[in-house]
Amino acid sequence: MNQDILVVIEHLRGQVSDISYTMLAAGRELAQSTGGSVVAVLLGHNSQNLAGDLAADRVLYVDHPALADFTPEAYQKTLAGLIGENQPRAVLLGHTTIGMDVASGLSAQLGLPLVSSGRSFTADGKFISQICGGKIMAEGDLPGPTALVTMVPGGYKPEQGQSTQPPQLTEASAPALEGLRVALKQYIEPEVSDVDIAREQLLVAVGRGIQNQDNLSLAEELAEAMGGVVCASRPVVDQGWLPTSRLVGKSGKTVKPKVFLAMGISGAPEHVEAITGSDVIIAINTDPAAPIFNVAKYGTTADLFDLVPALTDQIRQAKSG
Amino acid sequence: MNIVVPVKLVPDLVEELTVDASGSALDTAWLRLIINEFDDHAIEQAILLKEQSGGQVVVVSPNAEGVEDMLFTASAKGADQLIKLNGDFEDGVNNHGLARALATLLRDLQPDLILTGVQAHNDLDGSLGPLLAQYLEMPYVGYVSGVTADSGKVVARKEYPGGLIAEMEVTLPAVLGIQAAEQPPRYVAISKVRQAMKTAAIDEQEAATLDPSGGPTVSRMYQPEATEQATMISGSEDEIAARIIDIFKESGVL
Ligand SMILES: Cc1cc2nc3c(=O)[nH]c(=O)nc-3n(C[C@H](O)[C@H](O)[C@H](O)COP(=O)(O)OP(=O)(O)OC[C@H]3O[C@@H](n4cnc5c(N)ncnc54)[C@H](O)[C@@H]3O)c2cc1C
Ligand SMILES: Nc1ncnc2c1ncn2[C@@H]1O[C@H](COP(=O)(O)O)[C@@H](O)[C@H]1O
Repeated sequence: MNQDILVVIEHLRGQVSDISYTMLAAGRELAQSTGGSVVAVLLGHNSQNLAGDLAADRVLYVDHPALADFTPEAYQKTLAGLIGENQPRAVLLGHTTIGMDVASGLSAQLGLPLVSSGRSFTADGKFISQICGGKIMAEGDLPGPTALVTMVPGGYKPEQGQSTQPPQLTEASAPALEGLRVALKQYIEPEVSDVDIAREQLLVAVGRGIQNQDNLSLAEELAEAMGGVVCASRPVVDQGWLPTSRLVGKSGKTVKPKVFLAMGISGAPEHVEAITGSDVIIAINTDPAAPIFNVAKYGTTADLFDLVPALTDQIRQAKSG
Repeated sequence: MNIVVPVKLVPDLVEELTVDASGSALDTAWLRLIINEFDDHAIEQAILLKEQSGGQVVVVSPNAEGVEDMLFTASAKGADQLIKLNGDFEDGVNNHGLARALATLLRDLQPDLILTGVQAHNDLDGSLGPLLAQYLEMPYVGYVSGVTADSGKVVARKEYPGGLIAEMEVTLPAVLGIQAAEQPPRYVAISKVRQAMKTAAIDEQEAATLDPSGGPTVSRMYQPEATEQATMISGSEDEIAARIIDIFKESGVL
């Protein structure tokens, strides 16, 4: 075993995901306490060019046609081999649709311990995980011999994991990737819609606190009165009350309006990661402990069903008067 | 198709969460448990698949307060078999331990498809689905929002950020981590749940001794200290509304 930190680079259709850079920054912090190097692991096909700006001591690159696009089984097989050969102190993967598909399987396959929802590391190498929708932090010693950690965004800035100096690249060979039971058939592009919430300046965002579809009219009337657009958290979209094009968050869009008015949204990490670029966040939530108040500039614990109609009324009056 | 849905109850986040005297675990005394919302979608997806192509749906859950209600609700929605797993599910039990216990039970059920919720908000050692898949030597795909059955295979629609979908063809038997069902989970009237309580039976099974190895040990648990805390606005509805309008004006959107 050595003291290196392997960082599994995530990329989708030719673009390195932000979480990869965040993990390189986390890996750097952890490597300082272990005394090892930061080794980026890049799996792909004709993807060497993606390594250019990775802030790593070196890049381990594996090229194979079966790795051209992410599939869980091919990734897991390849990573299992690399981890076995390198025996690092830790392996960082995204707590994402890519990393989470393989981290647990690797843990079970290799008999290595796994920590999920890791957000940062302390100077003495402890992990800090963020769980329960952002309401609880859990800290502990990094388990050994090799800890697998899935990382959430927020603990480091992606820019900290970028470098202008291309790192040294070593090629490693792929294992036999035949007889795979999972195959990518095709990508389906997101539906295009009339509005692009990523470009709007004023967003009225509704969460589960709105209770049902009929109540959405409260938000729509407010948005109309002010010339804004309604968007939503995941439960609202999963219920089919609004189309996916209005979803804000990890699985939806990242927004950066002048004003983001959040009503009945708790502020789960998967939602918050996509709104922090807003100039001003105003949160309406009856729970004073809701994590949304940790990112909002202004907040109120008023009941949205009382406050929103009052707000709409006043705006209408101001506009007509 | 024989579909098994393992379900877990998790703390309701709308309630206040507190850390117990040990300082390293949640205080469970006052915790209200609810179904993991992704499991609700997994049950829905299982029932949709059964409605489309036949088969049966088995719902399995470890014993916890409220588990019977949850199982009977699943039955009222269309689940055919309900299993409660008895064992020592004290805190500290992790997904590694549960996956090993469930793998033994699931092997006997010979499922074609296992649908789990893609994750739970209180996981600290990864999610259960891919652990189960590994122990059962099945393939796994997670973050799935829609499944179509197709002789010996399924096509799973896997979500990527921004609404991009990847259609993955998966050979059965397989485990899928469900993020959202094709349709919102159906609503069942309380009267139907009551009826299920009278007609459906819960099959109780004993879990083998749980082996938690593979998960981390937590030395400290705490509520995050806000680095930035919102300026709170209070007063009557009209006063709050007036202040918010001022903020809109200051921000140049009104
Ligand atoms: C892989 C993955 C991806 C995800 N992607 C996304 C994503 O892209 N976007 C996203 O939003 N979520 C996403 N989630 C889900 C996320 O974890 C949360 O479950 C979700 O954001 C919660 O939505 P919410 O805040 O609307 O609901 P809840 O967490 O249920 O919060 C509702 C809030 O409303 C408040 N409330 C209730 N009644 C009132 C009232 N009358 N007045 C005022 N306030 C009230 C409550 O206090 C509560 O805080 C994802 C999860 C996973 C696992
Ligand atoms: N103890 C358990 N018993 C049954 N199913 C579980 C258990 N733990 C997790 N699951 C399933 O796996 C899903 C993901 O939870 P987790 O693996 O804890 O992220 C849950 O929502 C359930 O579908």
